[in-house]
Amino acid sequence: MPLADAGLTAWSWNPLTDIQVMWSYPFMVNAFRAGAVIAVLSAAVGWFVVLRRQTFAAHTLAVVGFPGASGAVLVGVASGYGYFAFCLAAAVVIAMLPGAGQGHGEESALIGTVQAFLLACGFLFVALYKGFLGGVDALLFGSFLGIGDGQVVLLAVVAVVVLAVLAAVGRPLLFASVDPSVAAARALPVRALSVVFLVLLGAATAEASQITGSLLVFALLVMPPATAQLLSPRAAVSLPLGMLIGLAVTWLGLTAAYYSPYPVGFFVTTFAFAAYVLARAARTAATAFGARGPRPGTGATGGTPHAVEEAAA
Amino acid sequence: MAPPIPPQSRGGEPAAPPVLRLRGAGVRVGGRTLWSGVDLAVAPGEFTAILGPNGVGKSTLLKAVLGLRPLALGSVTVLGGAPGTAGRRVGYLPQRRSFDPGLRIRGRDIVRMGLDGDRWGVPLPLPSRFGARRRAEAVRVQEVIDLVGATGYADRPIGQCSGGEQQRLLIAQALCRKPELLLLDEPLDSLDLPNQAAVAALIGRICREEGVAVVMVAHDVNPILGHLDRVIYLAEGGAATGTPAEVITSATLTRLYGTPVEVLRTSDGRLVVVGGPEAPALHSDRHDTAAGPRTPAGAPRATGTPEAPAPERTRRAAR
Repeated sequence: MPLADAGLTAWSWNPLTDIQVMWSYPFMVNAFRAGAVIAVLSAAVGWFVVLRRQTFAAHTLAVVGFPGASGAVLVGVASGYGYFAFCLAAAVVIAMLPGAGQGHGEESALIGTVQAFLLACGFLFVALYKGFLGGVDALLFGSFLGIGDGQVVLLAVVAVVVLAVLAAVGRPLLFASVDPSVAAARALPVRALSVVFLVLLGAATAEASQITGSLLVFALLVMPPATAQLLSPRAAVSLPLGMLIGLAVTWLGLTAAYYSPYPVGFFVTTFAFAAYVLARAARTAATAFGARGPRPGTGATGGTPHAVEEAAA
Repeated sequence: MAPPIPPQSRGGEPAAPPVLRLRGAGVRVGGRTLWSGVDLAVAPGEFTAILGPNGVGKSTLLKAVLGLRPLALGSVTVLGGAPGTAGRRVGYLPQRRSFDPGLRIRGRDIVRMGLDGDRWGVPLPLPSRFGARRRAEAVRVQEVIDLVGATGYADRPIGQCSGGEQQRLLIAQALCRKPELLLLDEPLDSLDLPNQAAVAALIGRICREEGVAVVMVAHDVNPILGHLDRVIYLAEGGAATGTPAEVITSATLTRLYGTPVEVLRTSDGRLVVVGGPEAPALHSDRHDTAAGPRTPAGAPRATGTPEAPAPERTRRAAR
C-alpha cells in the first residue's frame, strides 16, 4: 500500500518517534495487534505442519481461502469471515477424504483439480465486484489495511481456541506425527488427531491469509517454525522460538511496509526468508566447525561402549 | 560385564507364571489359515523369536498378542489377561523404515514419548508434586538411554542418527515404562552386520538383566541365535515351537514345510540350513562376514537362511 506516496509518513531515523507516529493511527495499531496474534498462532500450528510434512495441505487450504475472501467481499461481508468459512470447510472436506491422515489424501489429483477451480472462482468474484481497489493483490499477496477492532477480537478469540485445543492434544499429536505406528499401538486415536489437526490448520491458515494473502501464508506458517527447528532440535526451545521469529518478522514487515511504498506481504516473506537462510548458514557453519574439532560422545556407528562390551563378552 | 545369567527355564516348563501363553492359536485371513497350532508359554526374561518365510504372518502373531487382531483358533493370554488389556506392561516396536533425515527432534524427546507421549494436556511448569514427577521422568529417560548405550547421541536430532542408533533409541522408548513383555517386529531389519550383532546382544542383555520377556519377529535367525531361548517357526497352516535345538532340525523343518530341508552342523558347531533350490546365496555370503569376533564364544550359529523353503514352493507342497 503506497502510503508513503500519499505524503503520510517519512522515516525520521529516530525509532521512538517513528513508532509513535506509526502507532498514532488506529489502523496501524490494529495491524500490529492482529499481526502478533496471527504470528504466534501460525508458528504454533506451523511447527506441527513442518514436522508432519503437511505444507501441501496448508497451501491447498490457503488457496481455497481466496474465493472465500473475494466471495465475502462480493456479498458485502468482511473478507476475514470468508477466509474462515472456506478454510475451515476445506479442512473438514480434506480430512474426510479416504487416505487422509496417511499423507495421501491431501495430495490426490482431486485436490489439485478442485483447488484450481476454486482459485478461478475467486478470480471471477473479484471481476464481478467492480469497485475493488487493488483487491486481487491484497487478497493474494497480503495487506494490513482495514483491520477493524472487531476483526482483531475475532482473530484473538479464534487463536485462543486453536491454541487451547493444540495444547490439549499437543503431546499425543506430536507422538502421532513422529511415530504413527507406535502411537496407534498405544491406543492413541491417530486418525482423529489428524482430522483435528487439519481443522486447526484451516483456522491458522485463514488467520495467516489476512496478513500475508492467500499465496504467501508460508511466510508465517512454515518459514518461522522451520527456521526455529533448524536452530534447535529441542521441542521446548524450537516451539517458542518459532513464535518469536514469526512475531519479529511480522512486526518488522509491518513497519517496513508502513514506511515504504512496497506491500507488506513482500517484507514479511523476505524477512522470514532471510531468517531461514541465516539459520541454514549458521547450521552449516556449526557443522563444519564441529567436524574439525573432536566431538566427545559421538562415537562411530556400532562403536558405542555397550556394543564393544557385548561383542567381547 | 558379568557373565550372562542363564535363563531360568531353557527348554523346560517355566517355573514362574508365564508372561505370554498361546494355546492352539491360529489366524485366518479371508478364509485362508495363515498359521495355526501355536502352543507357547513365555516366562519372564525369556527371549523368543518368531521365524518363517515372508508373508506367513509373523507380524500378525504380534498383532494378535497386542489385541489388534482376533484369533480364529485357540487362545492367547498376556500377563494373565486378554490381549490388549495389559496397557503399559507391554512394550511394542513395530516394523519401520528409518526416520526422515530432516526430522529435527532430539532422540531424547523421542524416547520420552514412550513415557508421556500419550498423555493429554499441557506439561505445565508447576512446582512441588509435578516437579518431582517430571524429575523422576527425566531420570527414567536417562536410565533407559544409558541402558541401550545411546548416551552419546541422545541429544542429536534423530534424523541424523544412523539406523543402529535410531533402533537403540526406539528400544529405549519401548522400555521407558518398564514393560514385562517387549514385542519387537524385525528390529534388525535394515541394519548393517556389526549393528545387527550389537543390537541382538543388547536385546539379549535386556532379557537377562531386566527380566523382560522379549518376543521378536526375525527374518534371519543368525544374529540372535546365541541369545535365544525358544523359537516359533511359522508355516502355512502350521507351526513348530520349542528351543532352537529342537526346532531348527532337518526332521522338524522338513515335516513343517513338506519339502526337504536339511540342517547341517559344521565342525565348529554352527548350523547351516539348506532349503529348496531357491535358497538365496546372498544370505550365506552375509553370514560369512558376520562370523567375526562379535560372535559370542561357543554360541551355535546357523550360516544358512532360515527362510530356506521359498514361500511359493511351501504353499504348493502344503496343498
